Amino acid sequence: MVIEQEKMQRLATRMVEEEVKGRSPWADARKRFLRNKAAMAGLVILILVALFALFGDMLAVWSNEELDFSVMGQVATMGAPSLENGHYFGTDDLGRDLFSRTVQGTQISLMVGIVGAGIAVIVGTLYGATAGYVGGRTDQFMMRAVDILMSVPYMFVLILLLVMFGRSIAMLFLGIGLISWLEMSRIVRGQTLSLKNREFIEAARATGVSTWKIIIRHIVPNLLGVVAVYATLLVPLMILTESFISFLGLGVQEPLTSWGALISEGAGTMNYGTLWQLAFPLFFFVITLFGFFFVGDGLRDALDPKDR
Amino acid sequence: MTRPLLDVRDLRVTFHIRREGDLPWTQPRELHAVGGVDFSLAPGETLGVVGESGCGKSTLARALIGLVPAEGQAEWIDGKDLIGLSPRQMMKYRNDIQMVFQDPLASLNPRMTVGQIIAEPLTTHHPGLKRAEVKERVKAMMEKVGLLPNQINRYPHEFSGGQCQRIGIARALIVEPKLIICDEPVSALDVSIQAQVINLLIRLQRELGLALIFIAHDLSVVKHISDRVMVLYLGRVMEIASSDDLYAAPQHPYTQALLSAVPVPDPAHDMAASVVPLAGDLPSPLAPPSGCVFRTRCPRATERCAAEVPVLSGAGHQTACHFPGPLTEAEIAFARRTEAA
Amino acid sequence: MALLDINDLSVSFRTNDGVVQAVNNVSLSVDQGETLGVVGESGSGKSQLSFAIMGLLARNGQATGSVRFDGQEILNAPPKILNRIRAEKIAMIFQDPMTSLNPYMRVSDQMAEVLTLHKGMSRSKAVTESVRMLDAVKIPDAKGRVRLYPHEFSGGMRQRVMIAMALLCRPSLLIADEPTTALDVTVQAQIMTLLAELRREFGMAMILITHDLGVVAGSCERVAVMYGGRIRETGPVGPLFEAPAHPYTQGLLGAIPRIDQEGDELSAIPGSPPNMTRPPAGCAFEPRCPYRREDCACQRPMLDAFAPARARACFAPLDDVLQRRLPQAQTTMQGGQP
Repeated sequence: MVIEQEKMQRLATRMVEEEVKGRSPWADARKRFLRNKAAMAGLVILILVALFALFGDMLAVWSNEELDFSVMGQVATMGAPSLENGHYFGTDDLGRDLFSRTVQGTQISLMVGIVGAGIAVIVGTLYGATAGYVGGRTDQFMMRAVDILMSVPYMFVLILLLVMFGRSIAMLFLGIGLISWLEMSRIVRGQTLSLKNREFIEAARATGVSTWKIIIRHIVPNLLGVVAVYATLLVPLMILTESFISFLGLGVQEPLTSWGALISEGAGTMNYGTLWQLAFPLFFFVITLFGFFFVGDGLRDALDPKDR
Repeated sequence: MTRPLLDVRDLRVTFHIRREGDLPWTQPRELHAVGGVDFSLAPGETLGVVGESGCGKSTLARALIGLVPAEGQAEWIDGKDLIGLSPRQMMKYRNDIQMVFQDPLASLNPRMTVGQIIAEPLTTHHPGLKRAEVKERVKAMMEKVGLLPNQINRYPHEFSGGQCQRIGIARALIVEPKLIICDEPVSALDVSIQAQVINLLIRLQRELGLALIFIAHDLSVVKHISDRVMVLYLGRVMEIASSDDLYAAPQHPYTQALLSAVPVPDPAHDMAASVVPLAGDLPSPLAPPSGCVFRTRCPRATERCAAEVPVLSGAGHQTACHFPGPLTEAEIAFARRTEAA
Repeated sequence: MALLDINDLSVSFRTNDGVVQAVNNVSLSVDQGETLGVVGESGSGKSQLSFAIMGLLARNGQATGSVRFDGQEILNAPPKILNRIRAEKIAMIFQDPMTSLNPYMRVSDQMAEVLTLHKGMSRSKAVTESVRMLDAVKIPDAKGRVRLYPHEFSGGMRQRVMIAMALLCRPSLLIADEPTTALDVTVQAQIMTLLAELRREFGMAMILITHDLGVVAGSCERVAVMYGGRIRETGPVGPLFEAPAHPYTQGLLGAIPRIDQEGDELSAIPGSPPNMTRPPAGCAFEPRCPYRREDCACQRPMLDAFAPARARACFAPLDDVLQRRLPQAQTTMQGGQP
């Protein structure tokens, strides 16, 4: 009896003992990421660029559409960057304030990148995970569809779309969204195939968890590492694609602008001594790409420490 | 005699193998991973299943639990045949049959807390339960398998291998099953931890009146835990007997060879003198030998063994062999000579 | 003079979670033709010990101390010397044969390459010698099979090919790291028998690294039991198995189910192995030890000889351990704390 009581008491004290907090794999990854200096530098850069895009307008003296008649015609001499007349980054060839145009270009470019990558993450992950997990004919059919879409020269189609339906930002999003998820779905499917044979998936199947719940609860959370890494590398790719289209003059339409359009304009006039028109958009473009690549690398190291 | 909990008759699992480069219309080759297995299991009994890699013991487990499609018959205690049930009909029995896996860490989802992992079968089969009640039951189960209930929010990687296996056992037990299939539950564990888990399984089985199907390649472990033992070779049953009978007086030549090869932690034991070597390699399961599948490596094989498939016969101690009985000195010597050649 | 003389060998690894002390102050010796078993569980440092001897530590590993082979210091020796010794004097076989076999080369080419490189044999002579060695490890139809690729052999046969390759240059010491762990019992029995025969034939010494006490009992003359990176007990195999003098050895022997004995409950060792990123100040086995006393947690026992050729590292009185007299105030321990 005494022993029994003692046991019960021990049990009781244990029951009320506070629950220990777990250290999730995400928390571990965060710790490793925070220790990675290059990745942290990349993250800081990205945050600064994002702040610039969000709040840059407040600092601007000129709006992006206004023409400054005082510099018009003599941009090379009067339109250079200066704090006095409020053109921090100088003006463009038409006398518009380059600072506010760069802010706007940053907004558009980041949006294109993030929306493109977002579509890729959502559509690609669910599509790939479903194909990989269900397998068999469904998998065959779904992946052949991806193969067919991938074999279409997308840049050509994108340009065709823009020419046929007119240049609009909606069309640009549609085009980029259509192609961005294909590669992602392939990567996710491959990962799913290897996850599918892991014992914890078998355990869930054996106990009768439904297919949809297995995908959402067991497969997708274990894919997120790969997806997050790939998504951060996808954002700059999307930005590059948009810039290329805009550089060709088919992207966003005036008065809207993007990094690609600004760089294109700047490159066109660089022989007339207005180098700042190229330098400022290019600077933002380059540091953002660097930032994303560093963050992507850091995420990969943080989420998959065995790879090192 | 009481009704068996599970009565398996002529259970077969066939995989269709396509070779690399096969055209879509070529017939895939058939691999009989499990080729006609019969056994029955009483409530509360432990059946050990032993055999070497490739003998189909893991496939058998997965067939019983419905993870791979099978043919034949597996009658549950309520008279229902588990083979060929639709997923919805099978749901009811998934509650009664649970499984414990080999790799303690790989069988737990790394992104879920221990509490979520253990609760999953419960919330799947009893979706109406309140969260507080689920948590209460998970904590009680953790206590029962020797885990501290306050660790409920931890993640699998924060536990050692032995503790992970306890989590796996807790997950299997939480829905109060009648049968647990353990697929090599201790072979990935260190010796000192292995004993803890075996003791835990034995204790829980006695307390809860569970039936166990205990699959392992370690014959010593199986002897320790099982009431009856089934020996598999190339997907066929070679011998089934009570644990005591089988280890004391094995009748099938394969069982004898298998037992003689088990290393004994006693320097006085002369392995070289007692071991019955098996000639050659395991035949490919894609092209199993005719007649008795063991005949190609059997020191006692005759022409009859190539022509006729031996059936499992005998009362209690059942053997699938045309010429059962202990190997003679001459046969052992013959086996050594053929092995050396 | 001993063939291999290990003195005060320590191995540490720099990792992201700090420095891991895998092996601590290990001293061992192996005589000509002798078989030494090194027993331990995963994480005991037994494999790292063998890698350190062979100079095969991972890049973040650091070995200190001394390893003398035939009187020559080989620990941290320049690659040129190590390569020669590894090729001709000390051979190693692994759990997974594919770690030492190139999947894209025919077995004949791989084996002949070793001989042409180290023994300066002509190719045809090297192939003949390879076939002879495959015959020695009892591969049927060695002449025909020497032309095959490694994946065309079964698991047991692949292990034989690896052994044949290791023996090509007639080494005087073979280090076998869990050579049969991935194999079935019947194949394991064949390989162990084969190794014993080859050892006699070639007069070779062997270090057998394994977690399986059954395998050690059947094939070794001397045993060293490792736990937490240190040797806990060493001695001739007979007396050590009959009267284990360290609580860990005793626990280990009690924890394995025996096929040759009837038994009810296994006497499991409670708790889990130590985390070597934070090595305990005292005896690493202390938290799991039924004989533990107060000073065990803060002081580290040294390996002391207590009988001819036997030594142990433990503070508990020898007689108490041998007669299994547990200390009075023994609190029951609970498994389950991480």
